Amino acid sequence: MATVKSTTDRGLLAPTDRKRPSVRWSTRLSHGLLLAILAIAGLGPMLWLAKAAVTPTQDTLRHPMSLWPNGIDLANLAEAWTRVEIDKYFFNTIALAAGSWAVQLLVAATGGYALAVLRPRLGRYISGAVLATLFVPSVVLLVPLYLTILDPPVVGTSMLNTFWAVWLPAGANAFNVLLMQRFFANLPREIFEAARVDGAGPYRLFWSIVLPMSRPVIGVVSVFAVIASWKDFLWPMLVLPDPALQPLSVRLPALQQFVELDVFLAALAISSLIPIALFLVFQRLFLSSAGLGGAVKG
Amino acid sequence: MTTTDTRPAGVTGDQAGPRSAARPGRPGSRLARARAGLHTLVFLAPMLVVFGVFSWLPIGRAIVMSFQRTNLVADPVFVGFANFQQVFADPLLWTAIQNTGYFALLALVFGYPIPLVAAILMSEVRKMRGLFSALAYLPVVVPPVVAVLLWRLFYDAGEDGVFNTILGWFGIAPVAWLQDADIVMPSLVLEATWAAAGGTVIIYLAALVGVDPSLYEAAEIDGAGVWRKLWHITLPQLRGVLLITFILQIIGTAQVFLEPFLFTDGGPANRTLTLLLLIYRYAFTNSLGGDYGAAAALSLMLALVLTAFSMLYFRLTRTWSS
Repeated sequence: MATVKSTTDRGLLAPTDRKRPSVRWSTRLSHGLLLAILAIAGLGPMLWLAKAAVTPTQDTLRHPMSLWPNGIDLANLAEAWTRVEIDKYFFNTIALAAGSWAVQLLVAATGGYALAVLRPRLGRYISGAVLATLFVPSVVLLVPLYLTILDPPVVGTSMLNTFWAVWLPAGANAFNVLLMQRFFANLPREIFEAARVDGAGPYRLFWSIVLPMSRPVIGVVSVFAVIASWKDFLWPMLVLPDPALQPLSVRLPALQQFVELDVFLAALAISSLIPIALFLVFQRLFLSSAGLGGAVKG
Repeated sequence: MTTTDTRPAGVTGDQAGPRSAARPGRPGSRLARARAGLHTLVFLAPMLVVFGVFSWLPIGRAIVMSFQRTNLVADPVFVGFANFQQVFADPLLWTAIQNTGYFALLALVFGYPIPLVAAILMSEVRKMRGLFSALAYLPVVVPPVVAVLLWRLFYDAGEDGVFNTILGWFGIAPVAWLQDADIVMPSLVLEATWAAAGGTVIIYLAALVGVDPSLYEAAEIDGAGVWRKLWHITLPQLRGVLLITFILQIIGTAQVFLEPFLFTDGGPANRTLTLLLLIYRYAFTNSLGGDYGAAAALSLMLALVLTAFSMLYFRLTRTWSS
């Protein structure tokens, strides 16, 4: 992104500043301190959780900060997975994330393509109506959307306790449409014209030319979609009252009341595993998407 | 449709304008345009249906509902401003407004300067900047529910609680983090800040990298030191992003739900009852059935205030991103 721009790789401090001993030592000191704070604050709680997940309850309760527990209890993880049925909630979470991702991608890619490439006559107004929803805080939707789920138009039967109740509303995400639309609009139009001359219809153009060229924006939308779905709590809690269908985020608070602490902590650790693993694997994508949140949004 | 394709192509083709004229080999007939329109509609359909049913209609319904008495059994009845009057008569409303305001204020005090300082320091890191970013961002990817449940253990009031053990190392007496009415809100904000600060750091970092180095060089020629460069170049260059994160944070904290709901459920003594928690209670935990009208009315009022903020946000991002 912007890193390429600066030919002289420098920031606030000049190369001459860096040579001065006072500046050099104070930057070193502040960076060392910052790294220590970040390690304690960022990594500390997760390391504690990792340790507590394999530590017997009594150890965690009596000596929460001891580095080496008296016993290692790997059975916690297995017990959380099978007896507490974390596996079920885990797969519910994955199903919810996968469905939300698919719906969001479908809506944003087709909608963005229509608005940016096919450019229908009323496109400006549709675009405006989509954009307008960015201004509407999510709190407004809570109650009326819940009532829509109870009594959806056309379908006729309640969508309560179906995954559709989570999947479909997730698709109404104006930010995704905007990202896709902007990206498609910046693709070179000569390619579209060339494809049209070669006889490609709107579907070929979409599937064989536009989508393959749009990997970066698809990646960004995918990261946003999966993470947002994994984080979501209030909405799935409202529309999935049946525990058998609930994702981890909704089920975990309830579990705490009837599961021993060590097994509960193991369940927490398992729930964090996938998002953290995804982050470690796709670090660059995550961080550039996060930077995007402030810079380009709107 | 069958009658239209008998017309000569030229008549309608002229009206189709230069776009179709530029494309030889494709007659700009009404049929062709109708077919193109149909294809476009196929692509628009998912967006129109999903936004229509799950965004546009519910937004309209929110406005209508706030003037109605709705329970799911009987048909809704228009009641004028009765819902609004009911909300304003609720003594808990002022408690919730105060608590939400307090949460937002504390979140600014905790969460606004720290990411900025961290990002400015990190932007000067030459080696291992990726490690710094990754560590800062890690809490953001931890699922919020896991974070809150974990921190609830950290906040255990006993002297064997995690944080109280650490305080004990320095000879400080145990703190009742979530039970003490004066400490509970700062405790909630501390966790919320931990969970969100990394995202803000990354936003600032992206903006800092974008600052034109020649500005610094020009200042150095004028003899400016590190602090003066920071004050006269770095911060003014960041003002757009600083305002954006400020507004985003206000919009986010005004709708805070997870922390007060899971940590304390509004307690102790309603000290963490926020507006969203109140809306939730109106609509979903009412023993007499959901008071959807009151919930919609309060949502609408909160939303109007926040929409003003997001309009401002939109204007600013437009100005600064172009």
